[in-house]
Amino acid sequence: MTVNELAEKAGFETLNLADGSDERTISGIYCCDLLSVAMSKGFPGAAWVTIMGNINAAAVASLTDMACVVLAEGAAIDEMMVSKAKQQGITVMQSPLPIFETAMKINGLLNA
Amino acid sequence: MSTLKFHYKVDKTDFTRAGEASSDVKGKLKKMGCDPEVVRKVAIAMYEGEINMVIHADGGVIDVEISPEDITLVLKDKGPGIADIDKAMQEGYSTASENVRSLGFGAGMGLPNMKKYSDEMKIETELGVGTTVTMVIHNT
Ligand SMILES: Nc1ncnc2c1ncn2[C@@H]1O[C@H](COP(=O)(O)OP(=O)(O)OP(=O)(O)O)[C@@H](O)[C@H]1O
Ligand SMILES: [Mg+2]
Repeated sequence: MTVNELAEKAGFETLNLADGSDERTISGIYCCDLLSVAMSKGFPGAAWVTIMGNINAAAVASLTDMACVVLAEGAAIDEMMVSKAKQQGITVMQSPLPIFETAMKINGLLNA
Repeated sequence: MSTLKFHYKVDKTDFTRAGEASSDVKGKLKKMGCDPEVVRKVAIAMYEGEINMVIHADGGVIDVEISPEDITLVLKDKGPGIADIDKAMQEGYSTASENVRSLGFGAGMGLPNMKKYSDEMKIETELGVGTTVTMVIHNT
């Protein structure tokens, strides 16, 4: 499934849809809120589910080549994260569901 | 390919911008056609070092040298220094403030990541003077 398809099907709010997201394949799901753990364990193509809606999370997503960030729990998002995401070409979505339910929802779509 | 050198200044207060030097180096390595695994190692090691300079020291400077054999990162700050390096290297050890933790830092995994993803790492530190971290990643 591509990032674009996830954005369309998940029913999350899309805060930034990066260029090329119709060609960006999601390789799996990664959940974590600690940035230095995500930095090391986040993998290329991951849909990263987190509550860290700040600019540093956008930097981590970009440096690790994760496919998109899904902010769970309707977590607040810093305006600077959106601008960084735009600049770095990171798709950001916001889900009202808790982390586990958000990940399960994405998982269901990936396996559909 | 000859040796390329880059110099970055990392601002102390501005950790909203921290990560930019690492992003820049990552972009350069990618453009040079560097092995993706090497790019990943450099990105992780440099980002963690860059963030540490911002949240634990007063910012500093980073010198990057890219040769056909190695990528060398030298991160130099004039911060408080590290009292006990062995302790600082332990996974989970962190003195990060509550404020910094609320942003997602402070897992105590930065230095262990730097050690894990670099091929050689050296920390020189003096209390009240500063810290210099040197990391070498082989450019396979
Ligand atoms: N440049 C530095 N100057 C002074 N102290 C440092 C420096 N780098 C690391 N430290 C000390 O070493 C500790 C461990 O660093 P480490 O990067 O492993 O964890 P952290 O930065 O606290 O959290 P994380 O990196 O997981 O977000 C820090 O909490 C800090 O006390
Ligand atoms: Mg750190």
